[in-house]
Amino acid sequence: MDVEHLVSMANDIAAFFDSEPDKAVAVEGVRSHIARYWEKRMRGAIIEHLRKGGSGLTPTARSAIEKLVPVA
Amino acid sequence: MYAKDYHDLGTPAAHGQSVTLDIDGATVTVPAGTSIMRAAALADRDVPKLCATDTLKHFGSCRVCLVEIEGRKGFPASCTTEVAAGMKVRTQSEALAKMRRGVLELYVSEHPMGSCPDSSRCELETLAGEHGITQSRFGGPKTARAHTHQPVDASNPYFRFDNDLCIVCSRCVRACEETQGTFALTIEGRGLESRVSASQNQPFLESECVSCGACIEACPTGALMEKSLLTAGLPQQAVTTTCAYCGVGCSLVAEVTDGAVSRMVPNRDGRANQGHACVKGRFAYGYATHADRVTKPLIRKSITDEWTEVSWDEAINYAASEFKRIQARYGKDSVGGITSSRCTNEETFLVQKLVRAAFGTNNVDTCARVCHSPTGYGLKHTMGESAGTQEFVSVQHADVIVVIGASPTEAHPVFASQMKRRLRAGAKLIVVDPRAIPLVKSPHVEADYHLRLLPGTNVAVINALAHVVVTEGLTKDDYIAERCERESYEKWKKFVADPINSPEAMEPITGVKAELVRGAARLYAKGPNGAIYYGLGVTEHSQGSTMVMGIANLAMATGNLGREGVGVSPLRGQNNVQGSCDMGSFPHEFSGYRHVSDDSVRATFEAMWKVPLSPEQGLRIPNMFEAALDGSFRGMYIQGEDLAQSDPNTSHVTAALSALECLVIQDIFHNETAKFAHVFLPGTSFLEKDGTFTNAERRISRVRKVIEPLCGYADWEVTMRLSNALGYPMNYRHPSEIMDEIAALTPTFTGVSYEKIDRLGSIQWPCNDQAPAGTPTMHVGTFVRGKGKFYVTAYVPTHERTTSKYPLLLTTGRILSQYNVGAQTRRTPNLAWHSEDRLEIHPHDAEARGIEHGDWVGVTSRAGDTVLRVEITERVAPGVVYTTFHFPESGANLITTDNSDWATNCPEYKVTAVQVVKVAQPAAWQQRRQAAKPASPRKRRAPMDNPA
Repeated sequence: MDVEHLVSMANDIAAFFDSEPDKAVAVEGVRSHIARYWEKRMRGAIIEHLRKGGSGLTPTARSAIEKLVPVA
Repeated sequence: MYAKDYHDLGTPAAHGQSVTLDIDGATVTVPAGTSIMRAAALADRDVPKLCATDTLKHFGSCRVCLVEIEGRKGFPASCTTEVAAGMKVRTQSEALAKMRRGVLELYVSEHPMGSCPDSSRCELETLAGEHGITQSRFGGPKTARAHTHQPVDASNPYFRFDNDLCIVCSRCVRACEETQGTFALTIEGRGLESRVSASQNQPFLESECVSCGACIEACPTGALMEKSLLTAGLPQQAVTTTCAYCGVGCSLVAEVTDGAVSRMVPNRDGRANQGHACVKGRFAYGYATHADRVTKPLIRKSITDEWTEVSWDEAINYAASEFKRIQARYGKDSVGGITSSRCTNEETFLVQKLVRAAFGTNNVDTCARVCHSPTGYGLKHTMGESAGTQEFVSVQHADVIVVIGASPTEAHPVFASQMKRRLRAGAKLIVVDPRAIPLVKSPHVEADYHLRLLPGTNVAVINALAHVVVTEGLTKDDYIAERCERESYEKWKKFVADPINSPEAMEPITGVKAELVRGAARLYAKGPNGAIYYGLGVTEHSQGSTMVMGIANLAMATGNLGREGVGVSPLRGQNNVQGSCDMGSFPHEFSGYRHVSDDSVRATFEAMWKVPLSPEQGLRIPNMFEAALDGSFRGMYIQGEDLAQSDPNTSHVTAALSALECLVIQDIFHNETAKFAHVFLPGTSFLEKDGTFTNAERRISRVRKVIEPLCGYADWEVTMRLSNALGYPMNYRHPSEIMDEIAALTPTFTGVSYEKIDRLGSIQWPCNDQAPAGTPTMHVGTFVRGKGKFYVTAYVPTHERTTSKYPLLLTTGRILSQYNVGAQTRRTPNLAWHSEDRLEIHPHDAEARGIEHGDWVGVTSRAGDTVLRVEITERVAPGVVYTTFHFPESGANLITTDNSDWATNCPEYKVTAVQVVKVAQPAAWQQRRQAAKPASPRKRRAPMDNPA
C-alpha cells in the first residue's frame, strides 16, 4: 500500500469530520469510518505509519488512527 | 406504428370518477374525462381512426371516428367527445359507414391502396380495405410515387420519411411535441401542399430531430418507417424486456423476425418510460450482433502472448486453477472480483457470491464505485436507504424542479421528456451546473435560475442555498420537529446560518452571483413541491458524499421528502447501477446494504451458502490497484467492466493491471482492460439472457431472452461454472431461482419473485410484507432510519487547483447518441451524430490561445496528456473546458487524476486542472492506435462443449 496515498485519504476523511464542533465526536467519526470501510491491509499500513511517527497526518486523523484496533 | 399485438385505445387515459354509458348496447364504465373513442375501444367496439393514438391528446382532424349519440344532433367525433353518464352511443350505422367511406376515399386519392411498403402495417390501407375500398372515386395518382414528387428522406440511419405516403394527420408533429418535447417537426404549407417538415425543411439527420422515434411510432402509414422493416417480414414474436442503456430502464418490446430483432418498440404499459424511448434504446441495439463480438473463450499465459481460442472447459478450468494457485501462494485475500452495472441483478449477485463464498474474501466491488457510490453513502446516512426516493411519474406533481450536475436530455432522455412535459405545464426550473446544459434554454423550456458554478464548488453552493433557507425562515419547522433528529438539526442549522456560508461569502468561491442563489433558494423552499434530481456532476467529486448529504439536508429542512412531487432522485448512469449496489457488490456490504461485520446478517448468508464468510470488509477498486502494485493482490475476475478505459489516471490503472498474475475478463467485446487479461470469457448482451434490472426509481423489471446467447452461455451460467470449478457448487437452473435466493436473504426484496414481476409488470423495492406491491415513494410518514439525520457539510476545496501551469478546469459529461465508454454505441450507426469526443472551450479562452474551431489541441493535466479536436462554444464559461469520454482514442482518463471522494473513493472525474494548447495533430499514441488493427486470436481447436 502506498502510505502517502493512505495519509491523504485519512486526512480527507478528517477534513469532513473536522467541521464537527465536538472534537471527540470528530475523532470518533474518522476512526469508525476507517474501521468500517478500510480493508485490513490499509488499516495495518496506516497504523504502522503512525507507529513510525505518522508524518503528514492531520491532528484529527492522527488521533483517530491512535484509537484504531490493531489488525490481527 | 405500434408494437405487434398492441391494442391502441385512441386517446390517453382519464382519471375522473366512474361514469357508465351504453355503447352499441354494451354497458361500459370508465373514468369521467374519457373519450368515447377510448371507452368504445375498452369495450372492444373500436371506432375507426387515423389522427388519434393513445399516447397523444385528441386532435379531431381526420373525421373518420364519427359516431351517433342518442339525443344529439349530427355526428360528433368520438376522439374529442367525452363520455357522460347515461349516454347512448352508436359506433356503426349505414350513415356512419357512408361518411367514413367518403372520407377514406379522399385519403386514398392521395395515398393509393398498395402504396405502403407493407400495406398490412398501414392503418389507412387496412381501414380502407375494411370499408371495401380498392380505389378512390376522386381520382388522384395511381401510385404514391406520382403524388408529391418529393424525394424520400433517408438521411437518418434508422428511419426514412416518404412524403408521398404521408396523410398529414399531424401525429408525428404532435408526438415530437407532446411525447418527446423537441418541437423539431412542423406542418409546412397549406391544403394539398401541406407536408411534414423537419426544422427548416431540412433532412432529418441535419435537423433538430433527436431521433427518439416517437414520430415513426405515431405514423399511421409507411411515411415514417424504420429502415429495418423495409427488408424484414412481419414479426413472429414480440418479447417485452428492459433497455440496457441508462438508468431510466425503459420497458421495450423486441419484435423478432426469423430469429433476429427486426424492431424495438417502447412498451406503452412501461411504468418508467410510459411508452417512450430514445435513439439508443429504440435503435442502437445492433451492437449485440456486431462482428466484433467475442464468442469463443480465449486464454494466454502472458499478456504479451497472442490469444488462443479454447473450449469453455479449458478456459474455466485454467481460470480456476490460476486463482487457486495464487490464493495458495499469496493468501485468500490476494484475489477479488468486480461486478457490472450492465449485467442483471442475478448475475451481479452471483459474482459477489462467488467472491465471498468461493474465493473466501470480501474483495468485491462494482463499477458503481466510480459513479454513484456517494449516493449510497450520503442517502443511507441521512435518510436510511441507499436509493432515490421517488418514481419518475412523481415529477408531474413537482412545482419546482432542481437539476444538479446532470443533463437529463443527454444522459436520461426519456425521463427528460417527462420532466419537460411538466415544465411546459408551468413548473419552475433551477439548474445547478458549470455548463449551459440544453435544459437551460430549449423550445418551450427555460430555467428560472441557472447557477453556473465553478467545477468543484457544489458543496459551497448547497450550503449557500441552505443558508438562505435557514436565515430567511423558510424551513418547515413542524416537519423537522416531527420527522428529524433535533440535535443534528440544531447543529446543522447553526452551521449553515454562519455568515461564512452566505451566498455573498461564497460568491468568490463558486462564481455564482449571490442574488441568484438567494432567488433559487426561495423558489425551491416555497415550492410547495420541490424535487431535486442529480447526476454524476454531484457524485464524482472529492466531496461527492458531502454534497449528497447536503442535498438531503436541504430537502429535509424544507419538508420536501415523503410524498409525490418532491424528493431526492439520483439519475443513475447505467441500466443497473441501483441493482448492482442492491445486490451486495460493495466490499463492506451484503445485499440490502448490510455490513459484513454484522454477525446476525452474516449468519443468515452462512446458513444459506453453507460456508463461513469473512467479517472483514474487502478492497475497493482503487485499493485493489494499490494492492496490485505492492504485490499483495494478484488475481481478478471482472464481469462487464472496462476499468482501463473508465477509471481515472489510466497510466496508474494499467500499471496495476499489468502487475496481476491472472486477470479474467468476461465481456462481449475485446475492451481496453482485455489487453491485460489472461482469460477472456465471452459475455452476453441483454438480448441473450433472462434476469432483472433495477432502475433509478428502484424499479425491478424483467429482462427476457430474445435471441439465443451467441457464445452459448448466459453470463450467470459462466459464473456458475467458474464457481463450480473453484470447488464451490452453484446449480441454478434459471435466474428466477437466483432471485428467490436474493429474496430469501434480503429484507427489502422478500416479496419479489419472477411470478410477481410478470403479474405486476415491475416492482419498486422495498417489496415485502409491509409493502407487498412495492414502494413507489419512500420515507412516507417516517424515514427508513427513523428520524432524518442532518450532517454538517463544510465546504472543503478539492486538492485539484488551477495554477499558471494548469489554468483551466476540465469537466466531463455525456452526449445523447453515445453511451459511457462507447463499447455499445460506437458499434452502431449512432456514429452519424457523434464520431469523436471534442473539447468544448469558451471563445475567450480559445482566442487567447490562438485556437480556432476544429483545431487539434493538446490537453495536459498533472496526470497525463491527450489530444482532442476543439469546439468553441459559450456552453462552457471562461476558465472551464468540457469533453465527453465515449471514445478510447480520446484518452480522456489519461488526464483525470486519482483524487477521489473522501468517503467512498469515487473518482473526481469532474474537476481536473489542465492547460490547452494548439497542436498540429493527434498524439503519437493516438495515431498508433488509429493505425493498429486488432490481432485475431490463434485458433487451436474448436470448442467441444459449446451448446450454441
